[in-house]
Amino acid sequence: MTPLFAFTPDELTAIRLSLWVAFWAMLASLPVGIAAALVLARGRFWGKALLDATVHLPLVMPPVVTGYLLLLLFGRNGPLGRFLAESFGIVFAFRWTGAALACAVMGFPLMVRSIRLSLDAVDRRLEAAAGTLGASAPWIFATITLPGILAGMILAFARALGEFGATITFVSNIPGETQTIPTAIYMLLQEPGGDLAALRLTLVSIAISLAALIAAEPLMARAARRALGL
Amino acid sequence: MLSVAVEHRLGDFRLDAAFDSTGGLTALFGRSGAGKTSLVNAIAGLIRPDRGRITLEDTTLTDTERGVFVPARRRHIGYVFQEGRLFPHLTVRQNLLYGRWFARERRDAARPGEVEHVVDLLGIGDLLARRPANLSGGEKQRVAIGRALLAHPRLLVMDEPLASLDEARKAEILPYVERLRDDTRIPIVYVSHQVAEVARLATTLVVLSEGRVAAAGPTAAIMGRIDLFPLTGRAEAGAILSTRVAEHDVRFGLTTLRAAAGDLRVPYIDLRLGAPMRVRIRARDVMIAVEPPHGLSALNVLPGTVAEIGHADGPIVEIRLDCAGEALVARLTRRSVESLGLEPGRQVYAVIKSIAFDHHSIAGAAPAAPGADAETRHG
Repeated sequence: MTPLFAFTPDELTAIRLSLWVAFWAMLASLPVGIAAALVLARGRFWGKALLDATVHLPLVMPPVVTGYLLLLLFGRNGPLGRFLAESFGIVFAFRWTGAALACAVMGFPLMVRSIRLSLDAVDRRLEAAAGTLGASAPWIFATITLPGILAGMILAFARALGEFGATITFVSNIPGETQTIPTAIYMLLQEPGGDLAALRLTLVSIAISLAALIAAEPLMARAARRALGL
Repeated sequence: MLSVAVEHRLGDFRLDAAFDSTGGLTALFGRSGAGKTSLVNAIAGLIRPDRGRITLEDTTLTDTERGVFVPARRRHIGYVFQEGRLFPHLTVRQNLLYGRWFARERRDAARPGEVEHVVDLLGIGDLLARRPANLSGGEKQRVAIGRALLAHPRLLVMDEPLASLDEARKAEILPYVERLRDDTRIPIVYVSHQVAEVARLATTLVVLSEGRVAAAGPTAAIMGRIDLFPLTGRAEAGAILSTRVAEHDVRFGLTTLRAAAGDLRVPYIDLRLGAPMRVRIRARDVMIAVEPPHGLSALNVLPGTVAEIGHADGPIVEIRLDCAGEALVARLTRRSVESLGLEPGRQVYAVIKSIAFDHHSIAGAAPAAPGADAETRHG
């Protein structure tokens, strides 16, 4: 019997790929997420409720439906997929980029929610104080507002690690290209004798999630210092 | 020079106030809800008044008629908020340097050694590595003052900076504000509803009531006006005398302060001879005699003439004395006024007990060591 932590190359690849996919999913959705959260937290406009609902759609729709819609839109023959492939050479179908897109879309509502919560928690009076000290709006955002929402980003990253339904529907489960930890666990559980490997990846998944949560705190402080150039 | 004339409506409240300040410390004084904070927020650019004009030196900050509104961050007005508003995720040092970072492009910025100077002035050298959460209320306010100073303000606005502190912490901060007023050349607009604070700090006093300026002028002149007592607060009301330390009596632990009105003997104050002291004499601490008193324990007797008798409020009447050109106010019963036959022009003697003076009423230059005040030192 193999020891518990003897990872096979395929498993290591799945772990690496998971982190990679989650990282890019978070990074790509971040600007849109911040913009959406800002508009929802502080804006007052007609149709806000509709935007709010649209943002939350991936949270309540079956992931398979989201994955299928992504396949229809961004697949090789989908209108957006073809346009992006022909104009920019960006292909999503059955690539890791597709997995990242699926994670980004699925994690988007959670990201917007947590950023919005942190934005609500940011003391507007502190922003006013920064203004009297000479800080412009982007600087205030970077040094006072943003440190409060960094935790939300990390949580969104951790959430992206766990995406399953939309990923497997959109880009399938190709080892080395689109197979992330959750899809690898799913596949291992379909095979006889795969329990131990599944447990291994499960533990890895728990460890990464814990690390992300613990990392959130000091990162907030460091980001703020860096933004100030101190 | 700061010149303010604004009108602003906030719900049912209407602010319609105008005043000028020619430097030093200008106190905006009034009850809560008098419009003090709205007025300083208009000065700092945190609110845009409905109508009005605000100028600082030769710069127009707000002029609604010409559509001028300089945003807060370009006004270079340091703001010390009531609750400090330190950035919780930054250390004290980072908080201090926050505004300095944005002031760096300005010509006059970054004088060498200025951070050390401000840190020293405020006595916050030991706090630099700490987070605001680990500071006491008084320490927080000192850091907030330092942060505002290091942004190179052209004007410092302080909105009830001591309101959230207890008496001991207030006594800890007051000397620093005095130093700020006397050592830096930055004009200060100081909001307060505490008579004692204002009497001690203000060079110019602007009394606000229900959104309007009820009176404005030199602090001593305003504090001596008995018609304003309902606004300045009757119980704490009193006149202000400018004095100098004239003599120390080591044997009895007394210090003699010399004013134009005469000498005052007060509990020992650890200040060099000649040091300026501002003394507030509460109206309720002053007795009146119509002849030079004899066989009296009170050490301070100032001769003067009755200048004005106020309107009676039940049994109580305030009278203003002219003591060699300085105003002194006394609070008497209507009965005493009548039985002594007091009327304007009458020669009288004001009697004040030495122990009526405490750290609420005596303030001078900064004490020899930071953190100490007059009361804790005479023992």
